[in-house]
Amino acid sequence: MSALLAVRGLTLGFYGAQILRGVDFAIKEGTITGLIGPNGAGKSTLFNAISGLYRPSGGTVLLGEDDITGLKPHLLVRRGLVRTFQLARGFPKLSVFQHLMLYGLDQPGETLAAALLSSPASRKREQALSEKALETARRLRLGHVIDNPVTALSGGQKKLVEIGRALMADPKIILLDEPMAGVNPSLADEIAEHLIALNNGGITICLIEHDMALIKRLCDPVVVLAEGKTLVEGRFDEVAADAEVQEAYLGTRR
Amino acid sequence: MLAYLIFALTIGGIYALLALSLNLIWGGIGLVNLGLVGFFALGAYASALLTGAGLPVLFGWGGAIIVGAIAGLIVTLATTRLRDDYLAIVTLGLAEVIRLVALNERWLTNGSDGISGIQAPLKSALGNQGFNIFYLVLVSAVVLVVWLVLRRLDRSPYGRAMKAIREDQELAGFAGKNVLGFKVQAFAVSAAIAGLAGALYAHFQSYVSPDHFQPLITIYIFLAVAAGGVGRPAGGVLGAYVVVFFLELTRFLPDLVPALAPAQFAACREILVGVALILVLRFRPQGLLPEQILPAPKS
Repeated sequence: MSALLAVRGLTLGFYGAQILRGVDFAIKEGTITGLIGPNGAGKSTLFNAISGLYRPSGGTVLLGEDDITGLKPHLLVRRGLVRTFQLARGFPKLSVFQHLMLYGLDQPGETLAAALLSSPASRKREQALSEKALETARRLRLGHVIDNPVTALSGGQKKLVEIGRALMADPKIILLDEPMAGVNPSLADEIAEHLIALNNGGITICLIEHDMALIKRLCDPVVVLAEGKTLVEGRFDEVAADAEVQEAYLGTRR
Repeated sequence: MLAYLIFALTIGGIYALLALSLNLIWGGIGLVNLGLVGFFALGAYASALLTGAGLPVLFGWGGAIIVGAIAGLIVTLATTRLRDDYLAIVTLGLAEVIRLVALNERWLTNGSDGISGIQAPLKSALGNQGFNIFYLVLVSAVVLVVWLVLRRLDRSPYGRAMKAIREDQELAGFAGKNVLGFKVQAFAVSAAIAGLAGALYAHFQSYVSPDHFQPLITIYIFLAVAAGGVGRPAGGVLGAYVVVFFLELTRFLPDLVPALAPAQFAACREILVGVALILVLRFRPQGLLPEQILPAPKS
C-alpha cells in the first residue's frame, strides 16, 4: 500500500523555540496510524502544521502525489484532509444538525446568487446532505439532541459531534487529536468502535492518544515522536519494546 | 400630526435599512462596523452628485449601491488581517474620513453648506403631502424587499456558513469555508445596503451636508440591532422602528415636564437613550426577537 500522507523533514518554531525538528513519517492508506509521544513532543503542533493552522518553516507534506505544504485549512479540507481538536471545539450558537450540515463539501448554496435564488442544484445538495446528517447523527446516537446548540451538550457528546462533522466532509484521511480524552470508559469504547467502523469503510486515520491499551487495540503502525523528531515507527509491541521509546516516554530504563 | 407621523415612519424605514445592513455584517458574520454612517454618507452623496449631474433618480440609487459596495470591498481587502476591536477602530476612522472629505472638498461636495435641491422624485406631480406618502410607501417597500432577501440569505447554506465564521472563524476554515471570501462578499453587500439607505435619505430630505452623518447615527443603529435581536434580520428592523419611535417620543416630553429647560432636555434625551440600551441589555440581552435555531428536517 502506498503512502497517503507523507511528512518529510518538517520543521516549525515559535519565537526561536524549535518545536518540530525534522519530522519524517508516512501514513499508509487504509491504516489507523497511532501517534504517541510524551507531553511536549510536538504531536498537536505536528497536526497544526499538517492541517494548515501553522505554516511549517521547512520540509514538505505530501497528500498522495500532491505537495500540500502550507495550504490554508479550507483548501486541505476540500482535498480530503480533515482534523479534530484535542479540546472539542464548536460553533456555540449552532445546533448539532447545523454543525453536521456545515461540514458537507461542494455546497452550491454557499454562493450568494444560488443562496438567494435557492437554485435547484443547491436544494438538491441540501437535501442529500440533510439525509446524510440525520443518518450520521443517528449512527453516533446524537439523534435526540440534533436541534440543541452544541454548548448544551456533554463533553462526550461534543467529542461525538467532532467525529460526526469530520465524517460529513467525506474525508480520505482524518487527523484525530485525542478523541477519547476526558470521556468515560464506556464512551471511549464506543468511540473506538466508531473509529474501527470508519476505517473499515475506507477512511485512513491518524490518531494521537495517550491510552496505551487503546493504541494497542486500534493502531498499526505506531509512530513515536519525541522532542520534535520521529523516534521509531512500527507495530505496537515492537515500539513498546524499544529501549529508546521507554526512556523517552516512560522515563525508565530496564 | 399626520405629516409628522409619516416623516417619522419614513426615517424609521431608512434606519431599518441601516439596521439590516449592520445585522448582516455584525449579526451575520461577526464583523463590527463602527463606520456604518460613512457608507450611509457615501450613498447619499453619490446619488446627490449623480442626479445633480443630470442622471435620472434610479441611476443615482444604483450608483449609491455600487459606490457603497466598492467602498465595502476596499475596506475588507485593506483590513484582511484585522478583526474585532481593530477592525472596529479602522471603520470608525473611515467614517470620520468620509465626513471630513465631504466637509473639505468644496469643489465636489460644497463643503459644510452641503448639497441642496436634490431631486425629489415625482414631487411636482404629487404635491408635498402626496410626495411624503409616496416616499413612505417606497421606503417601506424597499425595507420589505431587503428584509425578505436577507432573511432568505440567513436561512440558506450561505447564512449557515456566515454564522459559523461569526462563532469561530478559525474553525470555519477547518470546516472548508473560505473565510476571507465570505467576509468580503458580506461586507460589500452590507455596505451596498447602507449606500442605498443613504440615497433614499438624500432624495427624501432634498439636502445633505456633513452634519447629517455624525457617528451618533451608527450608535443608534447598534442600539437598534442590539435591542431588536442580533443575528435575526426581523430583529434589526423592529429595533430600528423602536429606536426612532423612542427618539421621537422623547421630543414631546418637555411639554409633560415643564420644569426642564429645552437645552437641558436635549441632554436628557441622550441619557434616556443610554438608559434604554442598558435596560434592554440587562433584562433581555438576546433582544426583542432573538436569533433562532432552525430545526432539522424530519427524516
